[in-house]
Amino acid sequence: MQFMLLFSRQGKLRLQKWYVPLSDKEKKKITRELVQTVLARKPKMCSFLEWRDLKVVYKRYASLYFCCAIEDQDNELITLEIIHRYVELLDKYFGSVCELDIIFNFEKAYFILDEFLLGGEAQETSKKNVLKAIEQADLLQETKEQKVKLSILH
Amino acid sequence: MPAPIRLRELIRTIRTARTQAEEREMIQKECAAIRSSFREEDNTYRCRNVAKLLYMHMLGYPAHFGQLECLKLIASQKFTDKRIGYLGAMLLLDERQDVHLLMTNCIKNDLNHSTQYVQGLALCTLGCMGSSEMCRDLAGEVEKLLKTSNSYLRKKAALCAVHVIRKVPELMEMFLPATKNLLSEKNHGVLHTSVVLLTEMCERSPDMLAHFRKNEKLVPQLVRILKNLIMSGYSPEHDVSGISDPFLQVRILRLLRILGKSDDDSSEAMNDILAQVATNTETSKNVGNAILYETVLTIMDIKSESGLRVLAINILGRFLLNNDKNIRYVALTSLLKTVQTDHNAVQRHRSTIVDCLKDLDVSIKRRAMELSFALVNGNNIRGMMKELLYFLDSCDPEFKADCASGVFLAAEKYAPSKRWHIDTIMRVLTTAGSYVRDDSVPNLIQLITNSVEMHAYTVQRLYKALLDDISQQPLVQVASWCIGEYGDLLVSGQCEEEEPIQVTEDEVLDVLEGLLVSNLSTPVTRGYSLTAIMKLSTRFSSVNRIKKVVSIYGSSIDVELQQRAVEYNALFKKYDHMRPALLERMPIMEKSASNGPTEIVQTNGETEPSVVEPKHLPPVTQPVNQANDLLDLLGGNDVVPVIQTTMPTKPASAGGELLDLLGDLSLSAIPPMTAYNKNGLKIDFTFERANPNPNIAVITIHASNSTEADMTDFVFQAAVPKTFQLQLLSPSSNVVPALNQGTVTQVIRVLNPQKQQLRMRIKLTYTLKGSPVQDLAEVNNFPPQSWQ
Repeated sequence: MQFMLLFSRQGKLRLQKWYVPLSDKEKKKITRELVQTVLARKPKMCSFLEWRDLKVVYKRYASLYFCCAIEDQDNELITLEIIHRYVELLDKYFGSVCELDIIFNFEKAYFILDEFLLGGEAQETSKKNVLKAIEQADLLQETKEQKVKLSILH
Repeated sequence: MPAPIRLRELIRTIRTARTQAEEREMIQKECAAIRSSFREEDNTYRCRNVAKLLYMHMLGYPAHFGQLECLKLIASQKFTDKRIGYLGAMLLLDERQDVHLLMTNCIKNDLNHSTQYVQGLALCTLGCMGSSEMCRDLAGEVEKLLKTSNSYLRKKAALCAVHVIRKVPELMEMFLPATKNLLSEKNHGVLHTSVVLLTEMCERSPDMLAHFRKNEKLVPQLVRILKNLIMSGYSPEHDVSGISDPFLQVRILRLLRILGKSDDDSSEAMNDILAQVATNTETSKNVGNAILYETVLTIMDIKSESGLRVLAINILGRFLLNNDKNIRYVALTSLLKTVQTDHNAVQRHRSTIVDCLKDLDVSIKRRAMELSFALVNGNNIRGMMKELLYFLDSCDPEFKADCASGVFLAAEKYAPSKRWHIDTIMRVLTTAGSYVRDDSVPNLIQLITNSVEMHAYTVQRLYKALLDDISQQPLVQVASWCIGEYGDLLVSGQCEEEEPIQVTEDEVLDVLEGLLVSNLSTPVTRGYSLTAIMKLSTRFSSVNRIKKVVSIYGSSIDVELQQRAVEYNALFKKYDHMRPALLERMPIMEKSASNGPTEIVQTNGETEPSVVEPKHLPPVTQPVNQANDLLDLLGGNDVVPVIQTTMPTKPASAGGELLDLLGDLSLSAIPPMTAYNKNGLKIDFTFERANPNPNIAVITIHASNSTEADMTDFVFQAAVPKTFQLQLLSPSSNVVPALNQGTVTQVIRVLNPQKQQLRMRIKLTYTLKGSPVQDLAEVNNFPPQSWQ
C-alpha cells in the first residue's frame, strides 16, 4: 500500500497515512485530486479505479470514505477486506464508531492503524491481538500519568 | 501563563467556525500560543501542543515549527510523549526534512527499550518512513529483533526489515539467517509478516529465489501452512466469514506464485493445494473471492497443468456472472492478462464479456472493450464488430478514440470482404468521426487507395456523407481526398455496389468549395479540399472554375493555403504540360514497417522501393508522381530520383544560401565537361566544390542551342545512384535561345558522403518548332576531382 486517506463526503480530510516519501506539496495535490475523483463516482460504480499508475480501492462507510492506493501486483479484493478490518477495529475500540469519534480522537485512530498495518502491510491478522495491544499501550499512558500525579502529591 | 487548551476543546472551537476566514483566525491565534509555549521549553504541555498542531496540520495549515518539538517528545521518558512524538514524526518528519536524521539515535535507544510498546513505536516509525541512512544505521538492531522470541516484536521487525530492504537493497543478505525458522512460528502475525518479507526478498533477488526454492524447501512449508488453514476447523481468532485467516492465505498464494514461476518442480509441488483452494473456497462473500482471485493469478503464472488452467479460467468466467461489480472488474482485468496465452479458453466466455460492454461502470466498460478487441478473430469478426460498433455509438466520449482505433485495426486484420471493410470505416467515420485519431486519416486513405475495385463505391458513400455533415474533420479530410482522386468515377456514375447517384461536376466543386469557406473546417481540412479541387482539374472538364478558385486562394491569409494556391497557379501557368502527370491517380502504396514516409512500389514490376522526400510541396501528390515519371524512364534499380524544386516563390539561391556563398569562394579548379550534345542541344557542366562541406559538389549546367529555332518549355531532370543525394535548383529560364544566343543555367548540388564515382542520368524535354522532343542520356564522364 502506498497511502491511505480517510475523508468526509464534503472532502474534508480525517486521516492521512503515507507509506512513500513525498513532499507536503505533492501530498496536498494528490489528496485534492483523488478526493475529487472519488467523490465524483456514482454509487453504482465499482470500488476500484485506475489513477495515475496506481490502483485505488475505496469504500464508503456512513459519511466517511476509506481510500487506499495499492500497487499493480496487490490484490484489490483483499484490500477491501483490509479496509473492512480497520473499520471493525475502530468500531470495537470506540463502540459503534462514527465520524465524530475519528475527528475528536484522530490520534487514537492513528495508533490503531499503526498496530494493524506497518509500512503498508498488515502486521497482525487477529482482531483480538490488535485490540489487546492498543489496550495495553493505553494503560501504559494512564499508568505514567498516574505516577506523575502521585509524585506531585508528595 | 494559563495552561494551553486541551486538544478536544480546540477541535470543538475550530469546528464552530462558520467561514474559512474565521477558522484561519482561530488557527493563527492558537499557533501563536503554541509557538510561545514551545519557546518556553514547557515539558508538561508539549505533548498536548504537538497534538493540537497535528490536528491543524491535517486541516492543511503549516506545522513545520513543530518538527523539533516532535524530536523532544520522542526523547522524553513518558510513554504518552513518545506516542505523540512518533506520530508527529511520521506526519511531519519524512526523509526530505533536514532534522529527519536527528531521530536516529532516539530510535536506536527505543529499539532496545525495556517496554515492548516503546520498541513497537520505534519499529513502526522506522518501518514507515526511515530514510536510507537511518536504515543503514539501524539495520543491525532490526535484525536482532527479528530473532527475538517475542512475537509482538518479531512481526514488526519483519515488516521493518522489508522497508530496510526496499530502501537499501544491498542489506538484504544480512537478514537471511534470521529467516531460517520464521515459518515454524505458530503466531499468525509473525507468519503473515514473514511471508511478506520472504516475498520481498524473492522478488528482488534471483539468487535469493533460487536459495529459497532449493535449500530452504520453502514450497513444502508454505503448502503445509496453507493446508492447515483450510483443513483445521473454525478458529475464532482469525475467522472472516467462515474462512480462516484470508490475509495469510492470500499472501502465501502470492509467494507461491513467485516460487512456482518458470520452475517445474515447484509448480508441481503446489498443484494439489491450488486445486484444493480453487474448489473448496466459499464464494458467497468477497473474502472467499479474494482468495480465489489470488489463486487464479497464481495458477496462470506458474507452470500449471492444463486442467488447472482451465479451472482457473472457468473461475474467472463465473466471476463475470457475479452480481458484485468488483468481482466482475477483477475478472475482466485477469482475463485481459491471460487472453494472449490461453486464448481459446477465454474465447468461450466471449458472449459474457461482450455483455459487459453494457455495464454501467466506466472501468468495467473499458476493460470489456479492451478484452473484446483482443478476442476478435477471423471467425467472429462480423458478430463482434456489430457489438463494438453499437458500443461506439453509445459509449462515453473518453472511449470513442480508443474504440475507433481498435475498430480500424480489427477491420484491417480480419475484414471478410473489401466492401464490408469500407462500410465499417464509413460507419465509424460518420458516427464517431470527430474522435478518430489524426493518424487514422493517412492510414484510411492508404486502405482506400489499395482497394482498387471499391473506389467508385467509396467515393460515392463519402460524398453522400459530406452532404449530410461537414463538421467531423477526419471524415471530411478522407472524403475530400477521395473526391479529389476519384471524382471522375463519381460524376460518371460508375458505382457497381449500390445505386449510382447523379451528380454533376459543378455540384462536386460546390461541396469542395463549401469546405474551404466553412467555419467548421480546420486549416488542415482546407488544405485537403484545395488539393482535391486542384486534382479534379485533370479529371473534370470545368478547368476554368478550378483555375479561378485556385487563384483566389493565392492571397489567403493562411500561409499554408496560400503557398499551395500559388504553386497550383504556377502549375496552370508555367508548367501546364506537367500538370496531367503530376496529378494523375495515386499508385498502390505498401505500408512501410515504421511510421515514416511511405515507400512507393511501382506496380509495373520495379523491385527497389524508393524513399521520397517531399519539400514544401503538398503531401503526397506532386513529388510522388514526379518520382514515378523518373522511375519509369530510368528503369534501373540503383537510381534514386530527385525532386526538382520548381517553386517560383523561391529565389534561385534559396535553401542553402550558406553553401552557395562559400561555394563561390572555393577554387578547386575542376575542369568543366560536356555532358550532352545532340540534335543541336549542348549541355555543359561546370563545377565548384562547396566549402565547408567537401562532400557536396556544386554543378552548374549550361544549356545552349545551336539550331535555328528556340527551344521552348525546356526542362532538365537528373537522377543519381542511391548513395548520392541530389538537389536541383530553379533554372534561369525555360527557353534556350536559338543559334547559341544565350544559355539556360541551372544549379545542381550533389551530396556524395561515400565519395563514390559520380554518375548521372538526365532527361531532357523541350519543344522545337512546335514538336515536343524528349531524350535520355547517361553522364559518366565526370572528372575524378568532382567526386573524390
